[in-house]
Amino acid sequence: MDFLNAIVAILNYVFVPATAYGAQLALGALGVTLIYGILRFSNFAHGDTMAFGTAMTILVTWGLQKLGLHFGPLPTALIALPFGIAITAAFVLATDRAVYAYYRKVRAAPVILVMVSVGVMFVMNGVTRFVIGVDEIQFTDGARFVISAKGFREATGLAEPLAIRTTQVLTVVLAGLVVWALFWFLNKTRTGKSMRAFSDNEDLALLSGINPNHVVAVTWIIAAALATTAGVLYGLDKSFKAFNYFQLLLPIFASAIVGGLGNPLGAIAGGFIIAYSEVAVTYAWKKVATYAIPGFEAEGLMQLLSTEYKFAVSFAILIIVLLFKPTGLFKGKAV
Amino acid sequence: MKKLLLATAAAALTAGGAFAEDVKLGISLGFTGPLESMSPAMAQGAELAMKEVSDSGKFMGGAAVVPVRGDSTCVDAAAATATVERLVTTEGVKGVVGGMCSGETTASLQNVGIPNGMVMISPSATSPALSTLEDNGLFFRTSPSDARQGVVMTEIIMEHGIKSVAVTYTNNDYGKGLADSFAEAFKAAGGTVTIVAAHDDGKADYSAEVGALASAGGEALVIAGYIDQGGSGILRGSLDTGAFETFVLPDGMIGDTLQNNFAAELAGSFGQIPSSEGAGKEKFIEMASVAGFDGSSVYSGEAYDAAALIMLAMAAAGSTDPSVYKEKVMDVANAPGEPILPGELGKALELIAAGTDIDYQGASSVELIGAGESAGTFREIEVKDGKIETVKYR
Repeated sequence: MDFLNAIVAILNYVFVPATAYGAQLALGALGVTLIYGILRFSNFAHGDTMAFGTAMTILVTWGLQKLGLHFGPLPTALIALPFGIAITAAFVLATDRAVYAYYRKVRAAPVILVMVSVGVMFVMNGVTRFVIGVDEIQFTDGARFVISAKGFREATGLAEPLAIRTTQVLTVVLAGLVVWALFWFLNKTRTGKSMRAFSDNEDLALLSGINPNHVVAVTWIIAAALATTAGVLYGLDKSFKAFNYFQLLLPIFASAIVGGLGNPLGAIAGGFIIAYSEVAVTYAWKKVATYAIPGFEAEGLMQLLSTEYKFAVSFAILIIVLLFKPTGLFKGKAV
Repeated sequence: MKKLLLATAAAALTAGGAFAEDVKLGISLGFTGPLESMSPAMAQGAELAMKEVSDSGKFMGGAAVVPVRGDSTCVDAAAATATVERLVTTEGVKGVVGGMCSGETTASLQNVGIPNGMVMISPSATSPALSTLEDNGLFFRTSPSDARQGVVMTEIIMEHGIKSVAVTYTNNDYGKGLADSFAEAFKAAGGTVTIVAAHDDGKADYSAEVGALASAGGEALVIAGYIDQGGSGILRGSLDTGAFETFVLPDGMIGDTLQNNFAAELAGSFGQIPSSEGAGKEKFIEMASVAGFDGSSVYSGEAYDAAALIMLAMAAAGSTDPSVYKEKVMDVANAPGEPILPGELGKALELIAAGTDIDYQGASSVELIGAGESAGTFREIEVKDGKIETVKYR
């Protein structure tokens, strides 16, 4: 019984939240890595693209709710998601036409493109706040829990609760589907193959007749779709606040770099590594140890690091990886 | 044109003449920054007291009191210091109502107030660190120290029969000060604090903090944070995972957001905010609504009291020199004496002139203790049936 309690405690406070958070980071990191692999620069505006996409989805969600449309136990925002993606893709393509296209034409160095993306980030930042405001917005509806803490306690008689939110399940399932679709697209379709060719060797790809404008446009559309999906899932699971998406940029970049920039598999692994390390290293193991080892009475909290240092953990991992494997855990491009 | 110029010159002359007798008081509050929504009602509270004293015609032989506003920004210590510097050296104020937030107040007090021998009375800086600051008797506050809130919170928790709690605080002067003073008071009262964990505001994810707090355990969770910031994330995470059922909510956590987003799930949770009641408060709210602002706004009454204390101390000392009247602040604020409520500043000036002691009560039942800070009354609240309800004042 005590052993079960220990397992439930780990599931509830470490496994479930870290998995959901990891899936959100992985989706974000995929977008960053895709831009890096194909367009060859680190897109700092990605966090704010997520915020913009989520803001658009929220607006459509409100519209749908006004019309009385609901999605049963699932959040209405899922119906609004494709619309949000479409608007964001259009916005991102317009940005590319207005800003990035010029720097590609003059063959600017990647570091200049990075600075340009910082500029775009600030503009997007402002646009998002202008449209939807700076306040915290809860836009999830439908059933809140798959398993609620109270229900689980009553059903099993265990002392420890287990809660799984609908949005957590949704995040993991949807992230899995999106990743599967992305890999299928990159490996099986003609456009996907031309994107990979363009990423591997731009000159050779151009010589073999691949249309660069087409590749760039498709890349932006996919990145917008990934960003909006990641943003909406994060917003459903926690809440929407424009400033938080800006903060999210750091762990997303850490994930992408740990996994290996430009490598989609690495982005996913990186997302989960960062999320698990943040939650697990700062977890106080006292309760679990007391349950798991009979007759054991923990003195302290059995916490490796206090929670203030959770960001230090992900960045320590980042530095160690860069020192010993500069291309990331999965072979990406050198930074 | 010539006439106009002449008229302006004449007006300027007469204005200048009147100015010679005027006493200027500075108001240094965060008109921009994170507490910008609270500042206007506070400044208006202070100005209401100044207007009342000016209109009475009994202050320093009929002198008028002129407010000078300055922006302390609440978060930027350098900007606040520059503001108070300007008020003191350029404007020549004789006393300052301010600053607003603890860190900024400490900086402007140490860099400008103390070197220039200027009296500063803050209506809203609550950090316990300000109690022990070496201030040459120049600094007072009409708000209670968070050390006091820690003690009150301990009493309330003990009365609920709770003996062990986990504590999380927002990682700044306010959160750390409140969490430390509470942990100390709670341990002294025989309670157990299982963990004191910081959380940072505006972060993406709070699962790590909630996990650590849950593992440490306790019968209730004390959240010394902001409801519009990380406090919300911690509360949501703890409720969803079933980590805690009872929450203790200090002043930063009590607001509209709590009522709208959480109240339905918080049955049995409780907390406290500095807030006063009684005849003085009601009188002040009434006067404020006549003057066209909301007197029930947080710390507005305290600002009125801060300004009133400076002026009454000046009257009692018969001097506008800060180094002279600073000795009188505690005298006019505390018993013995005739109790003075808002709207009775004219009467207070008459009593002082007649040599009678006064006991200034004001809008926030002022009683200065220790190094010159309010003993403070707190409103105890409890969440019942999805509503935040007032239990009692203490």
